[in-house]
Amino acid sequence: MSATPNVSGGVRFLSRNFGLPGQTGIESAMKRGAYEMLKRAVAMKPEDVTALVKASGLRGHGGAGFSAGMKWSFVPKDKFPRYVCVNADESEPGTCKDRLILEYDPHLLLEGALICAFAVQAERIYIYIRGEYFYPWRVMEQAIAEARAKGLIGQNILGTGWSCDVQLATGAGQYICGEETGLIESLEGKKGWPRLKPPFYPAAIGLWGKPTIVNNVETLSFVPRIFEIGAEAFAGMGSPKNGGTGLFSLSGCVKNPGVYELPMGTPLQTLLYDLGGGICGNRKLKALIPGGSSSHILKAEECENLKLDFESVAAAGSMLGSAAVMAIDESVSIPRLTLWMARFYAHESCGQCTPCREGTGWILRLVTRILEGRGRKRDVDDLFQIADNIDGKTICALGQAVAWPTKSYVTKFRHEFDALVKE
Amino acid sequence: MNISESLVQKAESIFLRYPPEHREAALIPVMFEAQREFGCITPEAERWVADIVGVSLVKVREVLTFYSMFRTTPVGKYHIQFCHNIACCLAGAEDLQAHIEKKLGIRNGETTTDGMFTLSYVECLGGCAWAPMMIVNEEQYYQLTPARLDQIIDGFRAGKPVMADQPTPLRGNVGEKAGQ
Repeated sequence: MSATPNVSGGVRFLSRNFGLPGQTGIESAMKRGAYEMLKRAVAMKPEDVTALVKASGLRGHGGAGFSAGMKWSFVPKDKFPRYVCVNADESEPGTCKDRLILEYDPHLLLEGALICAFAVQAERIYIYIRGEYFYPWRVMEQAIAEARAKGLIGQNILGTGWSCDVQLATGAGQYICGEETGLIESLEGKKGWPRLKPPFYPAAIGLWGKPTIVNNVETLSFVPRIFEIGAEAFAGMGSPKNGGTGLFSLSGCVKNPGVYELPMGTPLQTLLYDLGGGICGNRKLKALIPGGSSSHILKAEECENLKLDFESVAAAGSMLGSAAVMAIDESVSIPRLTLWMARFYAHESCGQCTPCREGTGWILRLVTRILEGRGRKRDVDDLFQIADNIDGKTICALGQAVAWPTKSYVTKFRHEFDALVKE
Repeated sequence: MNISESLVQKAESIFLRYPPEHREAALIPVMFEAQREFGCITPEAERWVADIVGVSLVKVREVLTFYSMFRTTPVGKYHIQFCHNIACCLAGAEDLQAHIEKKLGIRNGETTTDGMFTLSYVECLGGCAWAPMMIVNEEQYYQLTPARLDQIIDGFRAGKPVMADQPTPLRGNVGEKAGQ
């Protein structure tokens, strides 16, 4: 079975069960084929499961776009126990797709996570859900209890001799805990300070020092679908080097914001105009944030022929990230946008690295001053300089997450900042 | 401070989620349970958490001050967490902020004199495509307008809460088959 195209140009492949009445219960989910692919997977050799996922071209949908199968293959052969952490700490501004999987198809995620756990022979799965996702938590809690009652979680799963437990873990309101090592620290009961790397990646040294695979919700949810249609068919659905489809959260100044499922490599214009209905108030598109608030902004003319996959967006000078497309129309002031963005990162910087801890606050104070009409000419240069001094000088990517947008806003919309400052 | 039997039981069930040698992993969920019971993490609650989890007091303090969802002072009966991040601001959250402040007569971080509402501005609640949004206690409300805000707040005041949006309404092509 391949993806079903729907009337408006999107597809229903991963999302085909979203919104069906009473669908989150295990009975109805199993009637629609839930856990059939887990049965198929556990009949294979674990390394063949990993090889299949690798061949499918599935890439991480959490932001980095790293090959999922490759990540699984990094687990050292002789170290036990092993863990799988499901990253459900969706917190990059603009990104709101994973919550739909958690709320509408929890058994799809569980099945994908179990297949991953089998592939790496993990004994326990932790699903780390951000603290504010109260409703998704309740749905997942129910789904886990149902799967446990059916013997799909626990001892000797499906008679294979392999045992795996699934537990929920909660975040408590920190963006940085979506970073995989920050997540692990938080899971261990500490403040979520990201770990220094390299040399140690979680696949080798992760939760409690043991091999740990951290994958995003959407990434793992694709795994059962890959088993269903085969690696080759999945790879064929997207664009080169980008297998399958993706959930795109569309927000900002568009008429029909929402979450759209599209084959990777779909033109941006399809998402923005055919599906999204175009820009609010029939205004013109001014700029676009293609992959969540941490990505470089693109001017309208830079995204006319943009295709939505990792390589194409990178070639345009930005990144697909978590596929959170935010449209900015001509009525929006970019310095104001900078304020909203900087306020987020100044609030969320974990404080571990000085350039990020000090720099984020500095950017926020400068842009506030500029917007209040107290800015000086050199403040605009300083904004860029401070951002540049954070970029690449921190343990985790939060530093560049504030540096990249700041630098691109200032560079591409310099005149808007200059207009607000005095000599 | 009285510790209820049910709180102890909740903590014990949380410990079972982790390997016995990693009991400290239960710190965050146990703190949430304590906060639910006492309304905030008081110094006494901090000590109780440290004892039952088996970690030092300073470790509890470290976690308490790091995460934004933990608090050391109580909130009103309804804790409004109102998002003012990019997508919500693009959808008019700044105008709504003025509206809600006027309606409640309080600013960010304050509680109404009758103890009913506490207002907190927060950074992104993961509902960007349904912006502007807020969470009241543990329920989510999307696509806020001044009229809807009035309706929700008046509903709480009258003891007849407006139904929250659960689950997240489907929008975009993923919703079409469900006829939404």
